[in-house]
Amino acid sequence: MAKETAITMIKIKEKKIDSKKVEDGASKDGAKIAIKDVKVWYDDFMAIKGIDMTIKPNTVTAFIGPSGCGKSTFLRLFNRMNDYVEGFKMEGKIKLNGTNIYKDKINVEELRKEVGMVFQKPNPFPKSIFENVAYGLKIQGIKDKKILNERVEKALRQADLWTEVKDDLKKSALALSGGQQQRLCIARTLAVEPSILLMDEPTSALDPISTAKIEDLIFELKEKYTIVIVTHNMQQASRISDYTAFFYIGELIEFDKTKTIFTNPEKQQTENYITGRFG
Amino acid sequence: MKYKEKLIENFFKFCASITIFTTIGIIAVLLFESISFFRDVSIFEFLTDTQWTPLFSEKHFGILALVSGTFLTAAIAIAVALPIGLTIAIYLNMYAPKSFRKTLKPFLEILAAIPTVVYGFFALTIVTPFLQTIYPDLETFNSLSAGIVMGIMIIPFISSLSEDALYAVPKSLKLAAFGMGSTRFQTAFKVMVPAASSGIIVSVILAISRAIGETMIVAIAAGQQPQLTLNPTVPVQTITSFIVQVSSGDAPQGSVEYKTIFAAGLTLFLFTFTLNSVSFWIKKKYQEKYE
Repeated sequence: MAKETAITMIKIKEKKIDSKKVEDGASKDGAKIAIKDVKVWYDDFMAIKGIDMTIKPNTVTAFIGPSGCGKSTFLRLFNRMNDYVEGFKMEGKIKLNGTNIYKDKINVEELRKEVGMVFQKPNPFPKSIFENVAYGLKIQGIKDKKILNERVEKALRQADLWTEVKDDLKKSALALSGGQQQRLCIARTLAVEPSILLMDEPTSALDPISTAKIEDLIFELKEKYTIVIVTHNMQQASRISDYTAFFYIGELIEFDKTKTIFTNPEKQQTENYITGRFG
Repeated sequence: MKYKEKLIENFFKFCASITIFTTIGIIAVLLFESISFFRDVSIFEFLTDTQWTPLFSEKHFGILALVSGTFLTAAIAIAVALPIGLTIAIYLNMYAPKSFRKTLKPFLEILAAIPTVVYGFFALTIVTPFLQTIYPDLETFNSLSAGIVMGIMIIPFISSLSEDALYAVPKSLKLAAFGMGSTRFQTAFKVMVPAASSGIIVSVILAISRAIGETMIVAIAAGQQPQLTLNPTVPVQTITSFIVQVSSGDAPQGSVEYKTIFAAGLTLFLFTFTLNSVSFWIKKKYQEKYE
């Protein structure tokens, strides 16, 4: 089991290296996501009606669309979080750097270490700040105190939280403010060094200042990660993303550079949505 | 109309107060008879003597002999019920499909609905003979089989309350753990169980309280021999089974033998009351952890 785990992980890492060569030369850590003809059902309800999309490495891609359009379902396909939903069925292919993540042999736990996720509401564990960030490392079997300390500090710095919490790492994570908790959750995800970061409306429960901090963070993080973010906030999508995908009732209506989507969308539906005529 | 309303209200008030007065009454009787008992027997002897022989000509009143029997059977019961109950709770919460969970839970609760006297003769006529095939020196009456069967009886307490505690953990924590690449096992033991720990502890305390107060199983299967021992293979007597023995015997009212059951009852009440208070305190203190 452990062996198989390691092999699968190596497989993904190898592909990552390959993709570096293939992609246009620059040093890149983020992975590429290729989606081919993906359909999703919950029992008889068809939630995703056949979507093709390619998400480039080291970009920020925003998913927008009215509630129930399938954007969150679509996002959760990339780390197989829908597997826990009863009645979930899926067809099609999703490849991370060439590896089909819905193949039978794929190790879902290893996949999720490559594809980190930040949720809508901050959800730190009822443990200390340190233990929260170290969690992912510890379940991988890393016990060395020195390594743990280093990686925790690195992750907290990346999440722009280190200076605020460095003196009370033993404090309960639940004592932090909402914005700090969300950055802690980002740190927790970054600590295991994924190549893709999925964010499901990460700022919808936060105040404007905390939101601004996380948006800045996203901008910095894209140097190392491929980021996909679901948002209800049009301004947010236009501020932070390179690409924007507009979903409507399980279909991908339009997917293009964010600038194009917001200034010169091809489809009337997209224009109606972003200008606030519906949704 | 107003008069009728008032009448109904008073009737409800009366019903509610019955429970309060009953409790007060029971405690008062326990205290009153116990005080009278302690006029004949010193508290020091009661707490330190290692023998309990109020029905013999040479009387000893060492409650420890009964307490040891009580705690020995309860400890065996918890040793059986905690691992099984917690495993069931985790299975139901983390692994079982929803439909199966819906069928299994009522079945578990049937375990709690079986009359304890049935468990008692089940222990005596089935479990003890079975254990004797493995360990022939086991006596006919022993705390081991009574404890094991009592453990089976309290499994639903632990599994049901622990499952409630696990269920009350915000779903977002489970998703966070899965999202971090935890297996179900890691999610269960590193996130869910710690997060539900206060509820799980409460379930265990209530189960201990239930085991200490349990009467029929131990009266039937554990024997009537009070002795200060931790040996699970020999007969013991618990506080409850002593009370049964005296109550069903012919100790004359007002005699020391008669009063012993109140002292024993008070001791038992103190244990269960303390345990229930502790569980109540834990519940209260840690309940609003997430909101």
